Amino acid sequence: MSNPTEIKPAEAPSPSGLRLKARFPLLALIAERLLLSVLLLFAVSVLIFGGVEALPGDFATTYLGQSATPQAVANIRSELGLDRPLVTRYVSWLGGALQGDFGTSWASRNSVSEQVGKRLGNSLFLAGFAAIIAVPLAVGLGMLSVHFRNRMPDKIINVLSLAAISLPEFFIGYLLILYFAVDFGIATFPATVYDGMGLAERIQTIALPTATLVLVVLAHMMRMTRAAILSVMSSAYMETAELKGLSAARAIVKHAAPNALAPIINVVALNLAYLVVGVVVVEVVFVYPGMGQYMVDAVTVRDMPVVQACGLIFAAVYILLNMVADILAIVANPRLRHPR
Amino acid sequence: MNDFTKYLAGKVTAGGMNRREFMGRAVAAGVTISAAGELFATSAAAQTPKKGGALKLGLEGGAATDSIDPAKATSQVMFAAVRTWGDTLVETHPQTRAPMPALAESWATSPDAKIWTFKIRKGVQFHDGKEMTTDDVVATLKRHSDSKTESGAAGVLKSITSIENKGGDLVVTLDSGNADLPAIFTDYHLVIQPNGGVDKPTAGVGTGAYKVKSFEPGVRMTFEKNPNDWRSDRGFVDTVEIVTMNDATARIAALSSGQVHFINRVDPKTVPLLTRSPNVQLLTTAGGGHYVFIMHCDKAPFDNNDLRMALKYAIDREEMVKRILGGYGKVGNDFPINDTYALFPEGLEQRKYDPEKAKFHYKKSGHSGSVLLRTSEVAFPGAVDASVLFQQSAKKAGIEIEIKREPGDGYWSNVWNVQPFSASYWGSRATQDQFYSGAYLSTADWNDTKFKNEKFDKLLISARGELDEKKRKDMYRDMAILVRDEGGTILPMFNDFVNAGTKKLKGYVSDIGNDMSNGYVATRVWLDA
Repeated sequence: MSNPTEIKPAEAPSPSGLRLKARFPLLALIAERLLLSVLLLFAVSVLIFGGVEALPGDFATTYLGQSATPQAVANIRSELGLDRPLVTRYVSWLGGALQGDFGTSWASRNSVSEQVGKRLGNSLFLAGFAAIIAVPLAVGLGMLSVHFRNRMPDKIINVLSLAAISLPEFFIGYLLILYFAVDFGIATFPATVYDGMGLAERIQTIALPTATLVLVVLAHMMRMTRAAILSVMSSAYMETAELKGLSAARAIVKHAAPNALAPIINVVALNLAYLVVGVVVVEVVFVYPGMGQYMVDAVTVRDMPVVQACGLIFAAVYILLNMVADILAIVANPRLRHPR
Repeated sequence: MNDFTKYLAGKVTAGGMNRREFMGRAVAAGVTISAAGELFATSAAAQTPKKGGALKLGLEGGAATDSIDPAKATSQVMFAAVRTWGDTLVETHPQTRAPMPALAESWATSPDAKIWTFKIRKGVQFHDGKEMTTDDVVATLKRHSDSKTESGAAGVLKSITSIENKGGDLVVTLDSGNADLPAIFTDYHLVIQPNGGVDKPTAGVGTGAYKVKSFEPGVRMTFEKNPNDWRSDRGFVDTVEIVTMNDATARIAALSSGQVHFINRVDPKTVPLLTRSPNVQLLTTAGGGHYVFIMHCDKAPFDNNDLRMALKYAIDREEMVKRILGGYGKVGNDFPINDTYALFPEGLEQRKYDPEKAKFHYKKSGHSGSVLLRTSEVAFPGAVDASVLFQQSAKKAGIEIEIKREPGDGYWSNVWNVQPFSASYWGSRATQDQFYSGAYLSTADWNDTKFKNEKFDKLLISARGELDEKKRKDMYRDMAILVRDEGGTILPMFNDFVNAGTKKLKGYVSDIGNDMSNGYVATRVWLDA
């Protein structure tokens, strides 16, 4: 049992690791991406910390504003440990964050995790709802405009969606409010959701911001769908497929879809990320308690724990959605699985 | 009561006129001032408040960083919230700003105004059912004034040396006489909490007309009626909901569509459009808040009083009120006090736009080249436009003003109180003394004009301890003249508080103390069916 000769030498890991990578390229890729994501998040946290530090004024002075006295400022600083050196403060924050403790907000003295959880839930709810409507609609309209390429329906779809994307989002929001809330009185405004609201009521409340977001992201996805399908359809291998007598359905499923999907998935992922992290203007206009407004408020008074938590979540959402987009693209298109 | 005053009284009853307008017109119609004041009070009271209903307010100035701890209440939303759930020892009269009893029933002072004794009201219950005692009051004041305090009221309580419970009375000792101590206790940070809020500053438990039901910072706050309220002349609606709406257009949309009953901070530019809506009433009140251009008296070139005078004569105040405030305000006279303050020095000559005098002082100052004015959108609403107007009017007097537009973020830490010439604003304070002590005394923390004048300081200290009102008024007059003619403040305008409500909203009291009926809006109004 303790015969050393029976034990295989330990040179195996690297070839077997390589083999693992060759056998499960997707798993290896995901693992690699996850590792990089962690590093990226770490870098993001350093950047945010440095960025907020570089802003003029610290929490104590900005929070008390005109009513601050030097004594009160000093008391807040020493209570929060703002008088400690920069690196010490960062390391102690990082220590907490690694254990899942994002600390308490300096301003409201509430748990950051709890607050962020609520706001993130709101943001995801709104984004999710907008996505459920926008993605199928965009892809559907894209296919429709391919079908009617350069004819009237195609032109109408294009003009309308371009008009929607050209208007600033707050303006679309105001127009919707003016017509649907003020003039016709059929929509709910403000779109403030809160604890204890039923699902049906919640959905009704977010109707206008959802419509705004759909209009904002529609054109981008729709046009990418249209362009991707058109470019694939006009490629040589589709012609070959047709010429060698494949049925149209088979040609589309086997040859067209895998090639067209990758760019569509990418643009969808980018838009989804935008829906979660880039909608602060829409939140303000509709008085919607999402993450964006939460972070802006925190930055205004330099509430570091909240800014850090929001920044990391935003970064994580971007990284995650991009990763999912890449993975889906690879799954959809076998060629991408074996890069040369 | 003649027909015209009857008509005016009717308009007050309908909620369409504030005290200022009423007094102005009634006095013009030959009614004496005190009679007009009483008339106003009776017509306003003639409306019988209707009980019940759910009041919704859409307010600007809330953030996710808001704290329910009154010591940390700085935003507009928290100001209104604190007034809704809490009470202070003293309140101010909505029209005269005279201190009135609240949780303190009465007060008396020693002849040197150094030792103050307050009788504390008995039989008042906190929202948690506990009886309020003098010990709670002592603990509250201590929490806001001791050396560990993080309170926004710490500055105004600095002169307190001891706070004691002597046989059930509150006794406060000051390091020097201050005739205005009761007025200081109206500060909204100083709401009385159980054991001073030492154990749970964010509990939101007080003695106010409404109990806090839920609070989501920066989003929404809800209240329900306090059934054991010690006052019967307030708290008419059943529930109150404050929604934070930082977008001006959103507030207007919410009001016009009837989703909220009251909004604050209406942009004067949008008033004509807003009042076109048949369901909306405008609720404006004159206040002591003002917009300023501040020069540092100790930094070149502004250390030269002739240059300061030249710039003071080079600004067109009338035009600013018209263009920047849309007429919702009054011209300023280069000192920070107007007739909303007690003991206002009447009859001082109004400084006017006078290019000739400006030229004269400018020449005398020997200054050449342009002066650099820093401004920003956050300095006050319309600050950049106002700076350009100033530049234009000064140009006609031969003075070149160069405008530098600064970023809003960090303006209050990098530019205001740091750079020698900048745009800024001030809110109102409870008394002249509080204002001058905070911003014009040589040693004041926020002496943003670096105005250091021995004579002024002496006057300020002796006026503070002076109990004879006539003597005190004379001193304030001298101080106003000193600031006006030697100070670094260019004060073009006092801004009105411009709020709006739906026509259903009744009983709104135009309170000159501060914005939103001095924060009491939720406890004072009722909803007409």
